Amino acid sequence: MSAFLSYVLHGIAMGSSFALVASGLIIIYRVTRVVNLAQGTFAVFAAFTTSTLLGAGLPHGAAELLAVLVAGILGLLAGLVAVGKRGTSPQASLIATLGVAIFCYALEILIWGDQPRSFPGLAGSFELSGLELPKQYVVVVAATILVFALLEGFFEWTYAGKALTACASNPYAATLVGIGVVRMSLFGFMLGGALGGVAGVLLAPLSPMSYDSDLSLFVNGFASAILAGLKRPVFALVGGLIIGMAEALVAGYAKASYQSALALLLTLAILVVQGARRPVLQATEE
Amino acid sequence: MNLIEIEELVVRYGSITALDGVSLSVSQGEMVALVGANGAGKSTLLRALSGVVRRAGGKVRIQGLFAHVPEGRQLFPDLTVEDNLRLGAFRSRERDTSWVYQLLPELERTRRQRAGTLSGGQQQMVAIGRGLMSRPDVLAIDEMSLGLAPLVVRQLARILAQLNQTRGLTVLLVEQSALVAFSLCTRGYVLETGKIVASGTTGELAQSSLVKDAYLGSVRKAAS
Repeated sequence: MSAFLSYVLHGIAMGSSFALVASGLIIIYRVTRVVNLAQGTFAVFAAFTTSTLLGAGLPHGAAELLAVLVAGILGLLAGLVAVGKRGTSPQASLIATLGVAIFCYALEILIWGDQPRSFPGLAGSFELSGLELPKQYVVVVAATILVFALLEGFFEWTYAGKALTACASNPYAATLVGIGVVRMSLFGFMLGGALGGVAGVLLAPLSPMSYDSDLSLFVNGFASAILAGLKRPVFALVGGLIIGMAEALVAGYAKASYQSALALLLTLAILVVQGARRPVLQATEE
Repeated sequence: MNLIEIEELVVRYGSITALDGVSLSVSQGEMVALVGANGAGKSTLLRALSGVVRRAGGKVRIQGLFAHVPEGRQLFPDLTVEDNLRLGAFRSRERDTSWVYQLLPELERTRRQRAGTLSGGQQQMVAIGRGLMSRPDVLAIDEMSLGLAPLVVRQLARILAQLNQTRGLTVLLVEQSALVAFSLCTRGYVLETGKIVASGTTGELAQSSLVKDAYLGSVRKAAS
């Protein structure tokens, strides 16, 4: 029983970070119709940046926040490459994000080398029904809840949030009322970058990251986003937690190396089910 | 003073010429009808005025603020009526919606409803309201009556006439059917395959055989 509980709690912590990656994917997808293949890169970049900033003597909190900001700027740059030019087709943008991800490998290896890096999170552990759990779990879950609450508030209560939703739901009408769709797309990428960054700085203390960790983050984040139907960012929280827990249980009771395979299998299954329910080749809107 | 002045406008989509030297003007306080069949280029003309399609030639001059209520309402279906209206003021930044509800009181009850759940007539009202929120000098409405019941169309026409009289709003009404457009407007143009084929007061136009045949449906051809 205690093993089960520890797997579930581990899954919740991992799932939270998947959910953050997924929320960024969803925000970008909704505005631009592009699945951002560089989404995991933002997390890795932020994690590496944090380790450097901490090494330079910055206190916890400041280092993480600054790294998230850097990830946001990276997101903006990725957006400029992918959707900055008016009338770029979503397919072309998709490939551009792949290019950004690969370019960032080179950049990361150049700056930080190819060895896995980590940094200490919140030190110590706490006890829960006889289990020793790292305090970092609490940080991860609390930060995730806070970020999702802020996101919901942003989309529900602010004018900019509504404008972003308007762009996603009817770009033509958005253009007519004067909302710059390209500008909003760039804003979506920036927000997506920052959200990926939050995932990275929360996750790195739990499991060291290397330059190519973005792949598993993307796969898990994408699975969570697909589970959420690529619709509302807050649904990604549920998707992420399901994926995270399922993987932790598989890793615990079967084999750790099955984790990514599970995420891929789930993604495939969901896509097949959704595709069967709703024709994949579908005229837009009408 | 002419708020809209179009001279020899040409718009092409690839090899297709959608507008072929169109000239048209709308002066302040006027209600002008632009009538034409499906595919004549009416929507293209409005898009050119909105600046969302590129001109291949000619001149377009707009004095004051132009708002475009597009064909098919084009609301933000997932957002509430209130949010739809507020987004209409994206440029003007004056986001108080109460005056629009005063003009369109039927919308007041639907304020918190998602726009996608409204009836066609109500959606058209939201679309017009959203256009008004930018506080335009000219409001262009594309296919306002399409798919709406005659009673609803009459109600919308009344609202437009009232806006024109009380607020001095200039209106460019773009319609497939001349019936509504001519009863509401004083002047009109007829567009056919990218060219203006007739223009004048709506009274004159209604008498011309060209319009009678094609757009008023009052005369039957081949009556032996």
